[in-house]
This record gives sequence, structure tokens and C-alpha cells, in this order.
Amino acid sequence: MTSALLVDYGSGNLRSAAKALERAGFEVKVSSTPQDVETAQSIVIPGQGHFGQVMTEFKQSGFEGPIREALQEGLPILGICVGMQLLFEGSEESSMPGLGLLPGFLKKFPKGYAVPQMQWNTLQRVGDCPILEGLTPDAMAYFVHSYYVPEESGVQSGALTDYGVPFWSVVSQGNLHGTQFHPEKSQAVGLQILQNFRALVEAQAPVSR
Amino acid sequence: MTAVITKRIIPCLDVQNGRVVKNVKFFENHRDAGNPLLLAQKYEHEQADELVFYDITASHEGRKLMLEVAKDVAESVMMPLTIGGGVNSVEDFRNLLLSGADKISVNSSAIRNPDLIRAASDHFGAQCVVLSIDAKRRPDGSGWNVHLNGGRVDTGIDLIEWVHKGQELGAGEIVLNVMDADGTQSGFDLLATRTVKENVDVPVVASGGAGKLEDFYDVLTAGKADAALAASVFHFGMLTVRQVKDYLTGRGIQVRGFVE
Repeated sequence: MTSALLVDYGSGNLRSAAKALERAGFEVKVSSTPQDVETAQSIVIPGQGHFGQVMTEFKQSGFEGPIREALQEGLPILGICVGMQLLFEGSEESSMPGLGLLPGFLKKFPKGYAVPQMQWNTLQRVGDCPILEGLTPDAMAYFVHSYYVPEESGVQSGALTDYGVPFWSVVSQGNLHGTQFHPEKSQAVGLQILQNFRALVEAQAPVSR
Repeated sequence: MTAVITKRIIPCLDVQNGRVVKNVKFFENHRDAGNPLLLAQKYEHEQADELVFYDITASHEGRKLMLEVAKDVAESVMMPLTIGGGVNSVEDFRNLLLSGADKISVNSSAIRNPDLIRAASDHFGAQCVVLSIDAKRRPDGSGWNVHLNGGRVDTGIDLIEWVHKGQELGAGEIVLNVMDADGTQSGFDLLATRTVKENVDVPVVASGGAGKLEDFYDVLTAGKADAALAASVFHFGMLTVRQVKDYLTGRGIQVRGFVE
């Protein structure tokens, strides 16, 4: 069975994410042990709350090194919400730098519409983004966030969403993927995305490590 | 691209000792009518945008049952879940979040101890701190006062001052229940809702008073609310979430459409 390692680095509740991944056909291992990355087939990085606090917890967890290595080796990785934000260079929310695995710096939504964005919004697919396979143009996902990845960051493929400003709501770069929204809270659309991620993991040649 | 703003329709369920109270007329089998899990699944099938559980249990033991409800529901549906009622401390926030709630709403406890909003917001982020407010029009009609204990106690605090303070302390969303309208099914209080919305940057959810389709339209347009929350019209089967959304779509309001 296809497995996902759900990284538990202290960022809060993982129950919904774990259950949603199971529903998408994954065997889920929730782990706070960085060594588990060595035997993982895929990695899911959750995250919610304050960028600096989440980043600090991630740094302290010991997962950074093994996950960077796994990324190099081609292991499929999915970041969710602040778990996706961490992959970028940083955020206006904090002076803590991000992991810098993706190009761009998160900004706070300008005044105009309610902040946080707390609503369902559309996903406009850009370039090659395998985790959005099979979704219709009217598909919506559930967002809760105040900071966003600007369109002009160096992201090449994924999906753009507009909330007064256009931003990257999905990123796909090689084997690294991320969603600003919560697939585990996005009903059928979220389930489809997690199933697509599983298909990617299954299509992946076994990683020798 | 142009901004996509979708209004949310949110059913709210009252829970006592782990069971949904107020008879809910979905189920043939009466014993199932209070089962939080089945009701959550029912609303997921209707594609409600979020779900709110409000714990009206008075006892400590009953409150612990709410954690079990949160766990069961969070595991069985893939939709945003807000839990409120009896949340008095950062520890309560933590326990509910760890049980699977996405947002936690505070009401009386935040009035007694406004620092709870700030502490929770600092610990867990503004996105999960919902300030729920019971307000009632002042007898002289000059505005609204915040009430405690389901409207029985007038705190003397002005509604608009309280929402300013709540936002400043770190609340990420405001749920406004205007007591004059609550339970009457004569429509949401449009003026109070709009006045709150014009005074904050965070999303505002209108609560209390929904009776017919037009009420939802009115509060999301003239009332300027970002979302509408309702209990009895949904539970008693007078309206379904889908009916409301189809109606709103027909009148040009953007909502998340029903996916077959």
C-alpha cells in the first residue's frame, strides 16, 4: 500500500489530515521521528498558525535535514497551508527565514477584502500541475490565511487564485508540491487532490536510498 | 484575474452532553436525530461551507464529551469545523484544536477575560479565534449592547467598541447574533450586521433570525455579511443548504456551487 509520512513537528492537530489521506488511499504514519523519513514513500508537511512559530518548531524538530535530502532524492513532498509557506524564502509575518526550497516571499493581504481570507475560492491551473488533474475549472477549495505567495514570485506551475491580489494557491515544482488551502477541509475537491498526490507517489520509480 | 468572493452558508448545531439538542427532523429514526456524527455527515452531503457546534453543556463532564464529538466529526467529514461554548482558557483552545476543531469561538469568557483572545491568538493564530457576540438594541435605540448568558445580562458594553477591541486583541472572525432577531425567523438584523462589518477588517458572520430565502440574500447584500449562520431553518427541514445556495446564485450572489 502507498504510504505517506505525516510530519508531526508540534504544529497542532493532524487528525483531519491523517484521516483525509487515509480516505485518499494512503497508509498514513504520523511521525515525530526524523529518521522515519529514510523509509518514507512520500512526505506531507502540515502547518497552521504563525509562520515564525511554525518555522521555529520545524527547525527544532530535526526534520529539516532529512527532508532536504529526501527532496534531492526525488521523494514526493506535499506541504499544506503554513506547511507550504515554509517551503518559500520567508514571510512578512516573521523575521524567520523559510526553507528557501521555492522562490518567493509571502506578503500580507492588503486591506480591502476581509483578512484572513476565510472562504472557498477557485483554482486557476498554471503549467504542469499533476495534483490538480481531473478538477473542473469551477472547483473550489477552502482557504484560511492572511499571507499569500505573490504571483510575481518565481513559481512556474501550480494554480493561481485571486483575493483582491492574485496569488499562488498551489505550487508544483518537480517532486515538491504545496497547497495554501486545506485539502483535508475541501470535501470532494480536496480528496481528488490527495488522490492525485497518491497517484504521483505510485508512478514514482522506487527511490533507492 | 478578478477577486473571487464567495459567501458562506453555515449550519449551527447545539450540543448538550455530547448529543445534538433541539429536535432535528432529518431522520426517520428519532434516536438518530441527536447524533452529531450523522448530522455532520448530512450537512457534508448538502455541501455546507462550514459547520459549527455549540456546546451548551453546563458540567465539566459534559464538556469532555464535546472533545469526543470534535474527534469523531473531524475524522468523518472533510469540512471546516468551529466549536464554541464553555471555552475559558488557552488550555481549552488547545484541547479542542487537538481534537480536530479548526476554529474556536468564545463569547462570555472573552467578555470576562479579554486577554483570552490575545493569548489564544498568539498561541494558535488569529485564523482559529472566533469572537461570538450576543447583542441587543439599547432601549433608546442609539446602538447595541453586548449581552451575557444568552441575553439575560446586559454588560453595558457597546457592540462597536467591543468588535474594535476584539479585532485588536487578535480575533480572526466575528459571529454576530442579534438577540432581537434570534429565534424569531423574521430575518437577520441588517443594520447591526452592516454596522459591525463596516467597523472591522475580519470576516463577519451573521447569526440569528434566518427564516426564509430572502433573509440570507438580504444579510449578505444589505447586511454586508461574509457568511450567514442558521440553525432551526436547516434542522427542521424548512430549507436545505442547497436551496439557499441555489437561490443566492439565482440572484447573483457568488457561493460555492453544488458539485454533483
